[in-house]
Amino acid sequence: MLGAALAVAVVVVVALPFLREPTPDSDALHELDAAERERLEAEEARDRALAALKELEADHRAGRISDEDYRAVVGVLRRDAAEALRELDRVRAMPRGGTRTESAKSA
Amino acid sequence: MAELGRAALVITLGLSAYALVAGAAAAALGRRRLALSARNALIASFFSTLVAAAVLVAGFLRDDFSLAYVAGHSSRALPFAYKLSAFWGGQEGSLLLWLLVLTGYSALAVWFARKRARDLVVWVTPVLGGIAVGFSWLLVGVSSPFDTIPAPADGNGLNPSLQNPYMVAHPVLLYLGYVGLAVPFAFAMGALLSGRMDERWIVATRRWTIVAWTALGVGQLLGAHWAYQEVGWGGYYAWDPVENAALMPWLAATAYLHSVMIQEKRGMLRVWNVTLVSLAFCLSLFGTFLTRSGVVSSIHSFTQSAIGPWFLAFIVVAVVFSVTMIWLRLPQLRTTARLESLVSREATFLYNNLLLVALCLTILWGTAWPIVSEAVRGEAVVVGRPYYDFFLRIFGLPLLLLMGIGPLVAWRRASLRGLARVFAWPAAVAAATGVALIAFGAGSSIPGLIAYTFSAFVLATIALEFSRGTAARRALTGESVPTAFSRLVGRNRRRYGGYVVHASVVLLAIGVAGSSAYDSVVEGKLARGESLAVGGYTLTYRNLTEKDAANATEIRAVLDVRRGGDSLGTIKAGKNAYSVEQQVSNEVGIRSDKLTGEDLFVIAEQVNDDGTVFFRIFVKPLVNLIWLAGLVFVLGSVITLWPDAREERRLATRYATVGERRERTATT
Repeated sequence: MLGAALAVAVVVVVALPFLREPTPDSDALHELDAAERERLEAEEARDRALAALKELEADHRAGRISDEDYRAVVGVLRRDAAEALRELDRVRAMPRGGTRTESAKSA
Repeated sequence: MAELGRAALVITLGLSAYALVAGAAAAALGRRRLALSARNALIASFFSTLVAAAVLVAGFLRDDFSLAYVAGHSSRALPFAYKLSAFWGGQEGSLLLWLLVLTGYSALAVWFARKRARDLVVWVTPVLGGIAVGFSWLLVGVSSPFDTIPAPADGNGLNPSLQNPYMVAHPVLLYLGYVGLAVPFAFAMGALLSGRMDERWIVATRRWTIVAWTALGVGQLLGAHWAYQEVGWGGYYAWDPVENAALMPWLAATAYLHSVMIQEKRGMLRVWNVTLVSLAFCLSLFGTFLTRSGVVSSIHSFTQSAIGPWFLAFIVVAVVFSVTMIWLRLPQLRTTARLESLVSREATFLYNNLLLVALCLTILWGTAWPIVSEAVRGEAVVVGRPYYDFFLRIFGLPLLLLMGIGPLVAWRRASLRGLARVFAWPAAVAAATGVALIAFGAGSSIPGLIAYTFSAFVLATIALEFSRGTAARRALTGESVPTAFSRLVGRNRRRYGGYVVHASVVLLAIGVAGSSAYDSVVEGKLARGESLAVGGYTLTYRNLTEKDAANATEIRAVLDVRRGGDSLGTIKAGKNAYSVEQQVSNEVGIRSDKLTGEDLFVIAEQVNDDGTVFFRIFVKPLVNLIWLAGLVFVLGSVITLWPDAREERRLATRYATVGERRERTATT
């Protein structure tokens, strides 16, 4: 009896999305379109570049990294950060795509 | 009640299968409601498994010996705490614990990632469902804890070795570790299946991985302490196959926790990271296989059973699936970033990874070779302690050194002159330590001397890191030392939590080196009034006592302990005779010196009818640092895990565009 009650309860939980939305406007799964993916990757690259620069500054300030090593790397990191920011601006300026259609397949 | 337990497990199997099949279909066809339904099934599977677990616990607490599993692992006289831990004292209960932890982790992981990585969770659900199908099938179709028998008057009792407080916590923590590695594996596979090679799978699993890794580490230390106190052979780690089974995934996960930083900082090592995550999970399955299948002879061999072939098939499926997915996604996993210098932070992390993986594979070879040999050639081969000790020194000592070097080397490239300046102080401290140790006579063990010298180096770098960081912060903000220190740690939790974990590994290394390279041992048969001397102690056998406890007769030899001219009291060692289980266990006597971390460890090997006792007595210097390392390890992990509001805000901003922008109402 308790087993049957448990079975009924889980069936309701599993069926909940269909019970709540018997006839939805769209049943399509939200997937990232190409523009969104590019934007996400650009944001990750930006965060990576800025974090690297910040860490280098902190390491140098704390004396973990010598002046010589600092000078050898800081220019490269600054260029990377500027490039990442430029790329993010470029991607952000692009028009956003919509949700993918139901027939479309993910990569 | 057995029917309810069986029904609950069948329901879990059905829900897991639905999460697998419907989840895969939803992901492939892009069906939103079906994906939510599959996710709900995965979450519901935790609750149905919880019902099954509650039924089994109730069976133990009510002495329901009509359940064959309860009758086989409990008795009326068993103390309450051990009736609870008897739940995982045998195979079926252990598998149920595995499933309970797995479905619990799965429910929490998909729920917490539902916003930031919704499109990823869609693919993660069937992977976690697939793993749950494997374990729920074992419990439903192969090895059920709810088989019934005509109830005997009393049960067989619990294996005496398991009647120890550590056995209440050790298996649970170990399983929290083993099973927790399923979460990063599922997200990595979800990322590969979906083709989302961004960092979200790493971000979504960062904490789960650290939780699993911490639990696995602490679980092993508790197991070592259990072996030290309960098994009664004078050690804490015997390179037993089942002990190795827990160490291997921990080593692979340790390698991953380091290499994933390179992916986060430089976008490199994507293939390596998914490989390590897969390796860690497959090794956790292999570990469960070793523990549960009984294919190896071990102190854990109370778990002999016939589920081996199923487990082996499960491991093969996991390995083939991961290798195939990585192979298929290789072009997308490749990155343009390259290692710029062999002297850089990423290079030292890479060396660390190579050493960790080499150690892990060496242990795997030593563990698996006897099984393979017996299966193929019919000859049982023993891979003994010298093999493991040799490779632990070869790979472990450089790893110890790298722990001090890695964090102080610049990313991308570092000059040797700069490094010489940064490492001048730690190197001087290490050299001074080495010279002092030789002067005090510690040169008898070269590996021990090297381990202590490297440990001094690493501790010096860690101390320097904290002091330099605090000083730099004070110079910038003018804060007081305590404020600057706490804010330094609070705002760089991963970094400084990592240093605390490194400090715990150093303590572990010092404890292991001290207790194994510099220990003393003496053995002999004593009559009353006779003495043995070892490591500065003199022990005199006084008398024999006998006491009836709740479920055992406790026989203890009492010895007076003296050091120099001072009396240090008495120490008791003996045996417990368990009447229900018809077994005898060794009960060692341990006297710990809180100041030096040294243990006096007494085993009463044989108690003779004429009142004489054969003793084996050890003095183990610094052994208590191993257990202290466990506390420091947990502290470091908690610092690392503690939520960082600024980091959370940054991630929320980053992922606002992908997960939360199109938040729909029908997500529950």
